[in-house]
Amino acid sequence: MFGFSLRPRKASASTAKERLQILLAHERSGSGGARPDCLPQLQRDILEVIRRHMQIGDEAIDIRMERGDELSSLEINIEFPGKLGVN
Amino acid sequence: MSKDLKLEEPLGRVIVVTSGKGGVGKTTTSAAVGAELARRGHKTVVIDFDVGLRNLDMIMGCERRVVFDFINVIQGDAKLKQALIRDRRLETLSVLPTSQTRDKDALTREGVEKVLDELRQEFDYIICDSPAGIERGAQMAMHFADEAIVVTNPEVSSVRDSDRVLGLLNSITERAGRTGAEPVKAQVLITRHDKSRIDSGEMMTVEDVLEVLAVPLLGIIPESTAVLRASNLGVPVVLDDPSAAGAAYEDAVGRLIGEQIEMRIAADPRRGLLQRLFRRAV
Repeated sequence: MFGFSLRPRKASASTAKERLQILLAHERSGSGGARPDCLPQLQRDILEVIRRHMQIGDEAIDIRMERGDELSSLEINIEFPGKLGVN
Repeated sequence: MSKDLKLEEPLGRVIVVTSGKGGVGKTTTSAAVGAELARRGHKTVVIDFDVGLRNLDMIMGCERRVVFDFINVIQGDAKLKQALIRDRRLETLSVLPTSQTRDKDALTREGVEKVLDELRQEFDYIICDSPAGIERGAQMAMHFADEAIVVTNPEVSSVRDSDRVLGLLNSITERAGRTGAEPVKAQVLITRHDKSRIDSGEMMTVEDVLEVLAVPLLGIIPESTAVLRASNLGVPVVLDDPSAAGAAYEDAVGRLIGEQIEMRIAADPRRGLLQRLFRRAV
């Protein structure tokens, strides 16, 4: 009965530990905590490559990230103006 | 309601959540106040000004979705729209996280002003979660504020430091320097209030604190196990299970937006040992 009765109590603490472990793993993997800002650079590079082929504005790019324990995903959406090739 | 207000007052209100002493519950308060305003339908954004030791994203449960932050926007590396994280639970709530850079000068006054001006156009409320203390970061968070929530525990060092913060609000803010401007409207929020310790004379009363600080009282948040649980889960305490702390934050937000709500000191019922054992099993 004791073990069972304690279980709900532990739920939020273990969630907290899990969340911290995922976050800290990401932070530690960078150079000593402060992750270099590679994303703004990545955004500039992507825009530059696409601009070689068509005109797009700075506003047209949207980068989203989702960090998981096993898998992280980076989602990049770029709005092309009007019809392709026009403008 | 919010639309009527918007006609008279087209720009969003900037509210800084501040304190002199650390660990009194600024981030918990920022998350709870932001979430409650959003739940009432007001477009709200909560900004983390604690550069270097960011925690707001964790408390609000969006730490895994941070791509760009406040500093990226100020430095021109990202657009504001890209750095704002829309809350998954409330569509009227957004978070602007900050970075862990050690660069103390990352927040420039011009940069902060530009971001806040842009946010004022879109949001009804802009909640600024300040770092502790009275140094540059804290001053930056309060500089452009229209209102301030000064978070205080009923404890000597916390009250003393809050008094210094109130002094700063009256002297260094943009409103303090502008002739003809109304001063920053400061209100005190007492957190970790413990009725049993006050009754036994171990802790200063609310009246004691207000007498010392001489500013209006926004609310009294009782000591509650719900606060730790909410931060563990990354859910603002007003959105987690009903609790005395959650209810007290709801009242405080009502007062913040001008409702007349009687000051009541809520408390989660104290449970006996047997009851506690049985409650845990539920």
